[in-house]
Amino acid sequence: MTPMLREMQEISYFPGCSLATSAKENNQSLKEVCAHIGFNLVDLQDWNCCGSSSAHSINSELAFHLACRNLSLAPAGRPLLVACPSCSTRLRMAQHRLHTVPEAREAYELRWGRPVDPDLKIIHFFELIQSRGPFGRQPVDALNGLKFAPYYGCMLAQPPALRYERSYHGLMEKMLGAFGAQAVSWPYPARCCGTFLSVARPEVVSPMIDTIMRGALEAGAECLVTACAMCHLNLEIRCNLKNRLPTFHFSELLAIAYRTPIQKSWFAKHLVDPMPLLKERRLVA
Amino acid sequence: MTTTHKRFCQAVVERCGENFQRCLHCLSCASGCPVVAAMTYRPNGVIRLVQYGFSQEVLESPDIWLCVGCNTCTIACPMAIDIPVLMDALREIALENRAKINETGILNFHKEVLDSIQRYGRTHKLEIMMRYKVRQRDLFSDMDLGLKMMAKRKLDLLPSRIADTKSVSKLFKEFKG
Ligand code: SF4
Ligand code: SF4
Repeated sequence: MTPMLREMQEISYFPGCSLATSAKENNQSLKEVCAHIGFNLVDLQDWNCCGSSSAHSINSELAFHLACRNLSLAPAGRPLLVACPSCSTRLRMAQHRLHTVPEAREAYELRWGRPVDPDLKIIHFFELIQSRGPFGRQPVDALNGLKFAPYYGCMLAQPPALRYERSYHGLMEKMLGAFGAQAVSWPYPARCCGTFLSVARPEVVSPMIDTIMRGALEAGAECLVTACAMCHLNLEIRCNLKNRLPTFHFSELLAIAYRTPIQKSWFAKHLVDPMPLLKERRLVA
Repeated sequence: MTTTHKRFCQAVVERCGENFQRCLHCLSCASGCPVVAAMTYRPNGVIRLVQYGFSQEVLESPDIWLCVGCNTCTIACPMAIDIPVLMDALREIALENRAKINETGILNFHKEVLDSIQRYGRTHKLEIMMRYKVRQRDLFSDMDLGLKMMAKRKLDLLPSRIADTKSVSKLFKEFKG
């Protein structure tokens, strides 16, 4: 299917380390979907790691400045799309401090040689999707009844400083539902995946992941859908149950729904093979 | 309460900029915390220890390292206390005061991530994992997983690095302390 005819809008894009490396399938499918709905993602020139959980865990000043460097690279007049929910929180927190603390603003201007852009909008993939409204002439059965457990992890829980920002509650259900997938009702859509503890304390994380997976299984889901590469990875690598459901990036299912060129290589990167399910539901050839 | 106790509590409030003295000890934070089972004092217990000035207990506790900053507690908290920010501050104070750290694995992981960012401006996951394993003297756990991830090309052999590593390494020099 050709992309909808409309002028492409340029958006600055911060992929973050995970999407640039371990979750390339997330990156590619996200770009496909954005192009399809009329957004041209332009990588933020020379972006650096947002500091990840580690910088703010042991050095919050460093975390702030690492995030600021990225903000300073964003060209004026375009929103900045941040793919990873954690990177997004880091960049938003830095922006919040720049907007509310004059000394921080001054230091920023001195260091990066440019004023803080008061209009820079940091947006999530979800906002782009939402901004396109109802989805034109898409086939309403494109996802063929696929039963999924919508898994947001901690992305719905913002720090108090950001509590007035938009919440994305229910968006995956609404979007994928519009394409004929069925969200199951289940207890753990917002349960934390354990994030970085997965490396140093896997034995703490596995029971958390097992609980999530069991919840999805018991609710009758055939798969989980995430919007975070870290959640995706932990669901795949730290589940100790025999019976594991495959997990999709939200963007992968949208790509299927929009019938953009789908690359099997995305699914080949999954550690829990989603191909049998996709075939059974006749979602891939 | 002695003055040292009070001083510790005050120092923590100042450091994190969060007035956790508003805590009602209602336990909402602990009941939703995903890692509470592995903690010793639980999130509200950490706050209690700080309030009473038990600096050694709190700075040596595994709890401050186990907190992953997921904000589950903050949205449950009726007083909207930013617990992750408090935990961030406590970790920094623990490091600055050379407190005995009982979760060295977690700390080593953070150090490797930061070293990687310092070197490349981005994280190089394969190298972080290898160096972490060497630091921990634990070469074999997760070996299968690592190989699987390599086969799926989830771990790049070469780092992706930024062009302007200078400005990033300058930040590290200034703030690494
Ligand atoms: S939820 Fe808030 S008020 Fe209640 S115990 Fe925890 S920090 Fe204190
Ligand atoms: S932010 Fe930390 S203390 Fe709060 S719920 Fe998450 S892990 Fe527990």
